[in-house]
Amino acid sequence: MSTEVMPRARVLIAKPGLDGHDRGAKVVARALRDAGFEVIYTGIRQTPEMIAEAALQEDVDAIGLSILSGAHMTLFPRVLEELRKRGLGDVLVWAGGIIPSEDVPKLKAMGIAEVFGPGTPTSETVAFLRRALAQRAAHA
Amino acid sequence: MSSPEAGLPRLHPSSTAGAQPDLEPGAQEATLVDQLLAGNRRALSRLLSIAERGGPRAAGVLRVLYPRTGRAHVVGVTGPPGAGKSTLVGAMARDFRTRGQTVGIVAVDPTSPFTGGAILGDRVRMLDLQSDPGVFVRSMASRGAAGGLARGTADLVAVLDAFGMDVVIVETVGAGQDEVEIVRMVDTTVVVAVPGLGDDVQALKAGILEIADILVVNKADREGAEQVAKDLLGALRLAESGPWQVPVLQTIASTGHGVDELVDAILRHRAYLESSGTWRQRRVEVARRRVLALVEDQVHQRLERAFDAERWRTRFEQAAARAADPYALAGEALAELGASINGEAASA
Repeated sequence: MSTEVMPRARVLIAKPGLDGHDRGAKVVARALRDAGFEVIYTGIRQTPEMIAEAALQEDVDAIGLSILSGAHMTLFPRVLEELRKRGLGDVLVWAGGIIPSEDVPKLKAMGIAEVFGPGTPTSETVAFLRRALAQRAAHA
Repeated sequence: MSSPEAGLPRLHPSSTAGAQPDLEPGAQEATLVDQLLAGNRRALSRLLSIAERGGPRAAGVLRVLYPRTGRAHVVGVTGPPGAGKSTLVGAMARDFRTRGQTVGIVAVDPTSPFTGGAILGDRVRMLDLQSDPGVFVRSMASRGAAGGLARGTADLVAVLDAFGMDVVIVETVGAGQDEVEIVRMVDTTVVVAVPGLGDDVQALKAGILEIADILVVNKADREGAEQVAKDLLGALRLAESGPWQVPVLQTIASTGHGVDELVDAILRHRAYLESSGTWRQRRVEVARRRVLALVEDQVHQRLERAFDAERWRTRFEQAAARAADPYALAGEALAELGASINGEAASA
């Protein structure tokens, strides 16, 4: 079973910025729970500081950022910076939401491990997360 | 669910014997402990994870931290799902902060019994506390443990205590009847009720009422709050009362109404515990239960391992065919366990 491969990985799902649409984030949270992850859900309107602080207090293995507002190019670098400030530069960060394809390479260069667009099957997110976390565990 | 994580040292037999020489923290853990005691929050977080995973690595750390614990006032908050526990815990933490006290919070949410996964959402109600360096919130999945807590909850409390938190608040899974484990590890138990849950008070009477040091009717702006409070007072009068009079308070956690009075009552309860000698008595009882639980864990793990052996599988098949009985087998298992522990002690 999945939980044996990646025992009790903890994942933070957060929505930076001001848009209040959290259906996507909740669907992903539920899919991850059903795949055996422990999901810390912090809801909408999170500042980069709040996201990094939650990641620190919860000692998460990965952070999923959901964004629909278009502010990803300003908010994501700030999240990554707040994480580094707290010694959390090694935490896996991925993103989902409405993100133009021309921004994806820039986000990946920044350190966002993967970007999923609308309509991505949740099974794809789960598979990505398992793979990425297993890789990190092997390197550690 | 109890298998140790890959990469962690296994609980091998010699680590559980008499003097337990192996239960020393490794170099990495020792560094984390030093950082924790110096006030490093990242180290606190990592040690909470180690404590949650359990096993010899956790035991090594917890042994070192134990002498530095016992200072925090540990407050449990329990009640039915939807009573507003998380919001109330957030409001309590804010109030303690205005009194200059630092606050650690352990919030337990249920693990899905089907997938082993969990959604931990209690933080959503405490977001404004996130940037306060005097507060640390840790969510925890129950991972199949009964009683509204998780297996390692007491150890997480100990780590927050050792970090120097003045108050540690433990929020249970939504519970309503006989989930009374909380009382075995906290100093003050707050039971939260709300109006509008129908037979709520009946449910509370079934066992959870007896564990309350303080009763709170939350969402007191809702119709029926006054009646719930009256019913609770009535139920209390029927119960045998000790020297501590259980107060019934009304709060509206979302606005903070009544929370100051609640925190006053919590502090009054602590003063009562200390002046009456109950503080010490309770902690002796907590220590006793803790040792019992740790021994149970180790016995359980050793027997699970022993039962994998061919000899035991044969015995279980005999029991299934009614050629042996479980009562005799239990005696045999205990005798075998005793012999193996004696053997280890002799060779150590």
